[in-house]
This record gives sequence, structure tokens and C-alpha cells, in this order.
Amino acid sequence: MAAKESIVGSPALRYEGEAKVLGYAKYIDDLHFPQMIHGATVRSKFPRGRITAIRYGEGIPWDEFTIVTWKDIPGENTIVHLLKDHPCLVQEIVNHPEEPIVLLAHPDKALLRKAVDAVTIEYEPLPAVFTIEESEAPDAPVIWNSEAGDSPNVFKTYLMEKGHVEDVWATADYIIEGEYSTGAQEQFYIENNGVIAEYSEQGVTVWGSMQCPYYLHHALQLAFGLPEQKCRVIQVETGGAFGGKEDYPSVIGCHAALLAMKSGRPVKMVYDRMEDMAATTKRHPSRTRHRTAVSKDGKLLGGEIEFAIDGGAYVTLSPVVLSRGTIHAAGPYNWPHLRIRAKAVATNCPPHGAFRGFGAPQSIFGLERHMDLIAKTVGITPEELRRRNFLQPGGTTATGQLIKDPIDLNGMLTRALEESGYHAKRAEFAKTNPTSPIKRGIGFATFMHGAGFTGSGERRLNSLVAIEVDDEGKPEILVSSTEFGQGTNTILCQVAAQTLHISYKDVRIAQPDTDRVPNSGPTVASRTAMIVGKLVEDASHNLLTCMRASGLLEETYTPEQFCHAALAYKQQHGELRATARYQAPDDIFWDDDKYHGDAYPAYAWAVYVAEVAVDTRTYMAEVKNFWALQEVGKVLNPVLAKGQVEGGVAQGIGYAIYEKCVWKDGVMANNQMTNYIMPTSADLPPIHVLFEEVPSIHGPFGAKGIGELPMDGPAPAILNAIEEATGVRFNHCPLLPEDIFDKLANPTLISADSSQLQPAVAGPVFSGTTP
Amino acid sequence: MSTITFTLNNSQVTVDAPPMTRLLDLLREHLHLTGTKEGCGEGECGSCSVLLNGELVNSCLVPTLQVQGATVTTIEGLGEHTHLHPIQQCFLEEGGAQCGICTPGMILATHHLLEKHPAPTLDEIREGLSGNLCRCTGYMRIFEAVQQTAKLAEAGK
Amino acid sequence: MRSDVRDYTLTAPGSLDAVLSALAANPRLTPIAGGTELMVALGVGRLGRHELISLDGLKELRFIEERPETLILGAGATFTDIRRNAAIAREFPLLAQTASWTGSIANQNRGTLGGNIANASPAADNPPALLAYDASIELVSATGRRTLPYDEFHLGYKKTVLQPGELIYAIHLPRRFAQHRQYVRKVGTRNAQAIAKIALAATALIDEAMVREIRLAGASLIDRPVRLHATEALLLGKAITPELRTQAAAVLASEIKPIDDIRSTAKYRIAVACNLLDEFLLSL
Repeated sequence: MAAKESIVGSPALRYEGEAKVLGYAKYIDDLHFPQMIHGATVRSKFPRGRITAIRYGEGIPWDEFTIVTWKDIPGENTIVHLLKDHPCLVQEIVNHPEEPIVLLAHPDKALLRKAVDAVTIEYEPLPAVFTIEESEAPDAPVIWNSEAGDSPNVFKTYLMEKGHVEDVWATADYIIEGEYSTGAQEQFYIENNGVIAEYSEQGVTVWGSMQCPYYLHHALQLAFGLPEQKCRVIQVETGGAFGGKEDYPSVIGCHAALLAMKSGRPVKMVYDRMEDMAATTKRHPSRTRHRTAVSKDGKLLGGEIEFAIDGGAYVTLSPVVLSRGTIHAAGPYNWPHLRIRAKAVATNCPPHGAFRGFGAPQSIFGLERHMDLIAKTVGITPEELRRRNFLQPGGTTATGQLIKDPIDLNGMLTRALEESGYHAKRAEFAKTNPTSPIKRGIGFATFMHGAGFTGSGERRLNSLVAIEVDDEGKPEILVSSTEFGQGTNTILCQVAAQTLHISYKDVRIAQPDTDRVPNSGPTVASRTAMIVGKLVEDASHNLLTCMRASGLLEETYTPEQFCHAALAYKQQHGELRATARYQAPDDIFWDDDKYHGDAYPAYAWAVYVAEVAVDTRTYMAEVKNFWALQEVGKVLNPVLAKGQVEGGVAQGIGYAIYEKCVWKDGVMANNQMTNYIMPTSADLPPIHVLFEEVPSIHGPFGAKGIGELPMDGPAPAILNAIEEATGVRFNHCPLLPEDIFDKLANPTLISADSSQLQPAVAGPVFSGTTP
Repeated sequence: MSTITFTLNNSQVTVDAPPMTRLLDLLREHLHLTGTKEGCGEGECGSCSVLLNGELVNSCLVPTLQVQGATVTTIEGLGEHTHLHPIQQCFLEEGGAQCGICTPGMILATHHLLEKHPAPTLDEIREGLSGNLCRCTGYMRIFEAVQQTAKLAEAGK
Repeated sequence: MRSDVRDYTLTAPGSLDAVLSALAANPRLTPIAGGTELMVALGVGRLGRHELISLDGLKELRFIEERPETLILGAGATFTDIRRNAAIAREFPLLAQTASWTGSIANQNRGTLGGNIANASPAADNPPALLAYDASIELVSATGRRTLPYDEFHLGYKKTVLQPGELIYAIHLPRRFAQHRQYVRKVGTRNAQAIAKIALAATALIDEAMVREIRLAGASLIDRPVRLHATEALLLGKAITPELRTQAAAVLASEIKPIDDIRSTAKYRIAVACNLLDEFLLSL
């Protein structure tokens, strides 16, 4: 065997890294095709209404333009995700601001911009709603209805039950209520959405910045009424995505393709920052309500959780975001009895969509803030409360899933608190805070994140990967799993190299092109390392089996012998190719109707600790130090894994205290980088990344998912720390200085809050809901 | 139209362009150097950073007429396939590049920072790169890359 | 890019005299120096002025001159020039500080003091420090020069005393603040590249526990960069006591009129302005 040292687990250099540091890597806006023209979108400037006329203003040579409306769509007027309610272009009724109505194309980009401004949409306004509360109000206008929806303005509901929660209230020592909410968050990839489309008799081809080529492939088939072999999608280098390029490329991809069809020329559509921020998806705003029965000694007896998310104007991915949020709402705790009611509601905001964490950061924020409220109410420390309720091996999750892996949350909590100096700092801050204008605090959150699609999702995806040996005798991985910074290319090549016992640099990975790569599923849901990685491992084994069966490869071999054998095989058989298809593990069961069973094949577990300082003169909170301890199975590449965690924590810090979408009647009012505040290098604290590795049987070499996990913990850990620092509870993120000021400067708002009450005198029911 | 002559990555170039053309567009569209990226077009993200007469600037905020007679260095002028610049090598090894879209600007900002502060403190790095937004890394791997470059330069003296 | 650059003209006459002549001949010309403001407007499609004239590279404007009584900063001095100047670091630390938090390093390499003043944003970073240092401003046109107290320069939201054809030539800082207590604090949306939600700059001369001289100035407190004369008047000649601090906060709150916008709220701005003032007074 050649590979003496392990390739998996080593800091192999990023596969496409050299091209990136040299500036050679070609992103969509760096590509130019002969005869290519540019496309742009005319959008609604009102939230809801019936279009009465479209006027093309004077001073624009309209005969030079390609103009596309819904009438030009050859297939169905839909961007298909889960349902077909989302039109490709508005036919009559506008349901949100920035909704696409007309598409224009022209060779001259600057003239195109003027033309967009010269189109006016006349309309009769219709009543609209913009928040969860407005959408669910009894007298709310019905803005969305469908046979698939459970009731007007509701896209999807789930009911998840364990035990009999109605029995616990009578026996509880404490019943603690709280309401928590989170705002929308912009993915803020530095490269905006963009595609180039071409159309000919052979069919439609779209190149673009995206996560899921086969999603767009499917959308094109419907919009163009074409068979799958006539649609082709190619992912090019993608400058960040974070979920923001999961569902949206289906919209812009179909648009550019329509313009290409009508103009007969390649069409490039690249949004600018203002358009991208205003018109594309963001993280779902949410509201979580907890009612929890607790015993005197701090045991969770049972709970009711109501989880609601604002889906925006169309269903898009809201049901699956809701699903992940619902399952993660219970956290890593033992709940004897639990009922979760969840719903995704319609509003007249642009559709909210996928963003790293996918519903989990929202419900985990609510739970981890609520746990601190429970601790305070019962009169034990946040640490002790969690220790008394952690899931243990042999226990069952809220969906009834048996914990089989030897996880040790108590040990992880001990380690994280030691590494961060938690106890000493708590004592120190208690001493120094009373006399200092800077109030310091330290807080934490404990949580888990499921890897892979929820429930039976992976069975339905039925992913396929292939490995093919090229003319130099080098294996090339063929997957639709995409690289957009997380390290897909690198880790999959590491897995193949290790399995094939050849050098990392001798493995290649194909550009995701639906004409060439099989569908290994979307690049989402922390599934690539574990699910696709395992399939790459399996396919590598199948390749070796095939080569050995032919007698060309011995049991042991050198990389050179592998190469010779591979070329010899190709000469004899024409090609050398092996595949592997997903096979659901035998011991994983999920019931979609009851929402019960094994929600995920594996979970990553984490304890995140945040140290904050709040300046009582400016009401600004700053994170001064951060510790992220996680158990993610085998770490495939320590440099990339650290980078994933640090980047996720940075986004989580932004979510907690910086990044606010300012809405005005469904319009994002701060859709510029100047006004949407993402942390700079001067705003982030040191982020200490710590791993524990408990290998999982479900992933290659024991790996589990890692991508989304770090988004879940920072916001509740930070707000828990801010409560420690100030003694005041804040239940909404993002938490801006103005919000801290509002409460610190208005003691009346604080006194209405149960956390200020002593449990001994407050009676059995505590409401954490603040006005 | 104006005719503008300047030194780009050690070669003299002459181009005709409207004088208010952004240097960013001149580089990308007229001269086909696409390593300089556009992230925001409002001088916030730093993806379009280049060196103008040795100073870091956002090329989206420089009207082309103002580079007449100047020296401009883009990412393409820093290293090449067979010979990465030490900053590029360190970004590669330390994980300083993830999606890569901010990387050319970040590397030029690092170049500028290390010219001013050959052995920068962490605070100098944090400030020096604060005009270059990165959404992937949380900046920690980038700090490592900058420190590693400085260390190598010190060792090489 | 939301503008068509073909709709704009830009010339670069190459000398200050030539620029002034051109401005005199064509009052529609808008000067552009480092471009950190106007080019942003161009990018987002909001640059209404279509004829521009470049001040970039004019040596006559880019200087920092030390005279015995004053330090003179040319309007073309960049924020990087200001940050690197030893005399400013020594004698006018507030200005060195405000220059360091004006935009990013890349913008400090291009942006000029004159541009920051002429743009006349109420949130501009450097004017509060200049006001606290009792700066004068020297203006120049084809017909001559005039110098006036900088406190009289800003007239309203984005309104200044600049006449058509007139440019900012220089800022004069009197070199007599060595004994003053000095203070500046910016409250932005984040630590770098932030627009001020509010900022306060202050200088005071304390003698025998009495306030002998005081200047207070702020950003985002009213529609323009502003000196806080009423609050100064209250404090002048008095010893700082808890009662006086309370009164000062009340006077300050009554003389400022901040707004609610996408970055912050008026009530937050008032409260924080009062807190910053108090922080300064406590330090005296």
C-alpha cells in the first residue's frame, strides 16, 4: 500500500485553491460567450395587487430589446420547488415586492438599466400582510390558499408528539412560559446570483453560480416543457452560497433561459448587490413559544412548543425548513412528554428560503434562551439545568429516535466550560460588573444538528455517484455535489484517494454538469461529507473490486501499479467506471405522518460558549471571546473543518447582534452593504475551535455533517451571555444597541418580565413574554 | 471618450474609455482581467481592491481618468501558476480562501498591510483587512495566513 | 452598476488655477477628488451631477503644513496622509482618530478631508474633531480667497456656504490645544467601515477645577455637523458637579434634533449623546 500516512484527516490543500489565490478561478460574471447579451428584470414595486397595464416608456429603442412576459413561457408558468404555486413571471396577481413581471435583454448593459426604469406597472392594490402576527390574525386577508395548505395563509403545519403532555401540567412544580423571535437574515455571499443561458434546437443550457444543478434542471423541464435530456445545467465556480443559491438559481436560471430562447443569443443575468438583497431569499423570520413543566429539582417533565415561520409569498422550501426547525426545537434534551405544533405562514414579503441551519437556528434560539429562563426560575445554574436533562446514549429524542452513539454531553459541557474559564469568569464578572460601566457576561448553548435530509428524505433522493478513470489513469469523481467554499472538492478527493490507496493529487473531480455527472443530490443539509462522502467511498471500493476482478490489480499495489492497471483495463474494456447508489441503513425508520422515528442517521453535538461585554453608555454589545466545541465524527480535513466552524460562528455572531433586515411593507429598506451590517475583521472575537471525534458508521471514515451546525449555537449563547452581563432578558435576535437601550432605559418593560421575579414569590406560572 | 495610458502589472497599456468608467470595469471588461471582482459596487466589500501607485484602493470608486499615468497592480500581477507569491501560498496552506471571491482583494489588502507593517500585530491585521469583507471564513484562517506570511518573510531575511 | 458612464463627463485640468478657471466658466461642474462619495452615488444610480472635474493629484491641495501658530491641512490631504502625520498625532489626536475611522483603509487612501467636509453629511466623521479644535476653513475661487470659522460653514442638510466656482482650499487648526482635555467617541454600527449613529468630540481647558474653555461638537445630532453652543454656554466658567452634569444632559437633549432612520432611532441617539457628554465631563 502506498498511502502510509492517512490522507483523510490531513490538511490536504484546497483542490481548487491555487486558481482562487491566483485570481484565475472563473466565476459566472468572468465568463463571456460570443454574441452574448445581457438580461434584466422588471419587478413589482408594490406588495400585492392586480396588474392592469404594463407601459413601456418613451426614449427607449424598444425594437432593439428582447421582451419576455409570462405569455412567452413555453411550458408551465412555475418555478417548481415542492409545489407549483410560485410563478416564473407574474401573470396577473403580484404577491410580493420585487416580484418578476417582465424580462428584458439587450447587448448594452447601461441601456438595459434605463429600459428597466422606463417600464411602469399599473395595478389595483390588494390588501397585504407582512408578519406572522398579521398573517394569522382572524380578520387577515386571505393572501394564499391551496388544496395543499392546511388553512388560509398557512403553507404547512406539523404536529409532533411524544408521551401525553396534557398529563404533566397538574404535577409540575413550575410551569414556565416564554416567547422568542428571530428576524430575517441575508446570506450575504460576496458573489451575487448570476447565470448565463443558451437555447438552441438541442435544448436549453444554463451555466451558473449555484448549489443544486439538478434543482434548476428540474425547474427548466417544467418551464420549457422539455424532456430532461434537452435540459442541461453546469455549475461554475461559486462565490459563496450558504443556502442562498439552493432554490433561487431556479428563478434566475429560468429567466435567463427564456430570454435566450426569445433572443436566440446567449444571455447573461447577474444581479447587482441592491437587487440581490432586495429580491432574493433570506432566512425565515420566526416565533417560538414555550410552555414547560419542570420539577423542583430541575427536570423537564414535559413541554409544549409552538413554532412559526414566515415563509413569504410562496411555498418554495418553507415546509422543509419548518420540518428541520420543528425537529431541532426540542434540542439535545430528554423530554418525557412533548408536543410541538409548527406552521409556516404566508406573508407578502419576497419568499424566504434556505440559509445554513435551515430552520434549526430559529427554534434552537428559542429553546436555549428558554433553558436559561427555566434555570433562573427554578433557581439552579444554566449548567446544572442542562446536566439534569441531557440526552444520554440509550435515551430517545423528541421524535423517539434511540441514541445509539456513545455521546457524552456532560463531558463536552465540562470541557467547554473549562476551556473558556467559564466558572472563574462568572465569579470575576459578578465582582467587577456592579462598579463598571462595561458589563461583562459569559453564556453558552448546547445543541445538536442532524446530518443529511430529514426523515425519509435521503431515500427519496436516491443519490448516485460515479468514479471514472481518465486517459491518464487518474480517477475522476462524478457528482452533482458542488463546491462553493465549504470544501466539497477537497474532502471527496481525500476520501477517494484514501480508499483507492493513491495520492490525493492524483484524484480529480468533474465540474458539475448534468450532462455528465449523476444526481448525487443537492449540496445542502450537512449531507455532502456524510452521505455523498460515503457514496464516494463505496464507489471507490466498487472501482477496486472491478479492477481486481479483471485480474489487473493485485491485493496490494503502488499508485503506479494502480495507474497501469487502470489504463490496461480501459484498453480492454473501453472505459473504467464504478458507481454507488444510496442505500438506506436497515435500522433507520421514519414515519412521515406521525413525524416519529429516526429523523437523521446521525447528529453532530456541540457546546458553544460566548463571552460578551455590554457598554451601558452606548448599549453596544460586543462578543469578546468565543469557544466552539463540537463532536462531528471523524474530521476529514482539520483546516477546512476549522474554517467551516469559524465561518459559521461569524455568521451566527452577525445573526445575534448585527444583521438586521429593515422591512417597510415587505420591501427590504437597507438593501446595500453600507446599511446591512455584517461583521468585519475588526468586529469578531478570537474563535477557539475544538473537536471531539466519535466516528459514525454512516459517513466515510466515520465523518458526519459539519456545515450547518456552527450557525445554530452563537445567537442563543450570546444572548444568554448578555443576560448574564446585564441582568435583563432579551428574547429577539438580532439584538441591536437600540433594543438594549429600549429595555435598559425603560425599567417598566423589564418589570413585566418573569425573570425579574423570585420563584418563591411568583407562584407556579411564569410568563417570559414581554410587551 | 478619453485615451488613458497607465502601467498595469508592469506593462504599459493604453485604452479608450469614457472618463467616468470605473477602473473595475476597465480592468474586467476592457482589459479582460477578471481576477478583480465586484461584490457591491459601493466601496464596502473590498472585492475589487487593487493597488494604485502602491496604495490599496477600491477600483469600483476610481474613475478611469484618474489612473492616467499611474501604476496599477491587480491580483494577476502578483504571482503565477508556477510561482505563487508568498501571500498566495500562505492563503492556500492556511485555509485563507474558501469560496475565493473575496480572495484576490484580500490578498492585495494583505500585500498593502505587510508593506506598512512587516510584522503586524493581530490588531493591525484586524484593522488592515477590515475593508475586505469575507462571509466564509470568519477571518480567522486569513489572520493565520497573514501571520504566516510575515513569519516567512522575517525568517527569509 | 446603475449609471451609464457615457452620460457623464470628467476632465482633469491638472492645476488648481486651471480648475478654478474651469469652475468659473462652468458653474455646473462638480469637483471630484478621491471619489469615495460620488463614485458610490454613480454606482447606485444616484449621481445627479453629470459634469465633473477632477481634483485628484492636485499638488496645490495635497499638503500638511506646520506653521508656528497653526497647522494647515490642504483640502486634498487624504485620511491616510492625516493618520501618518506626526504633528497631527501629537497635537490633534482627535483628528488622527477620526481619520482612522473614516471608511476603510482603501477609502482612507483615496478620500480627502476637503471631500469629507464638502459632502456635508451630518454623519461625517471628521467635522466634529475640526469643530472641537476651533478650526477655520479657507475657500478659494478664481476671484480670490476667504477664510471663515469652520463653525459657520455648514448651513443645513448638505448645505454649505460654498458659492458656485468655489472650492475648499484648506483647514487651519490653531496649535493651542496641548493643555486641553480632549475626547472623541464614535458610536457606529460596527467597529470598522461604519456610518456614525452618533459621535461626540470635545476639548476643554480646566483651570483650578473650573471650565475655562470648552468646545463640543457632534455627528448625526442634527441636520449638519454641529457645535453644541448651548451646552457649552452652560458649562463655561463652572466647576463640574453632579448637578451640572444633569443640567448639561438636559440642555444637550434640547439643542439636538436627531432623526429615526434605517441605522438608529432619535431617542437612542439623544440618550447616547447625553451619555457620551457625561463620560467626557466625568473625565474632567
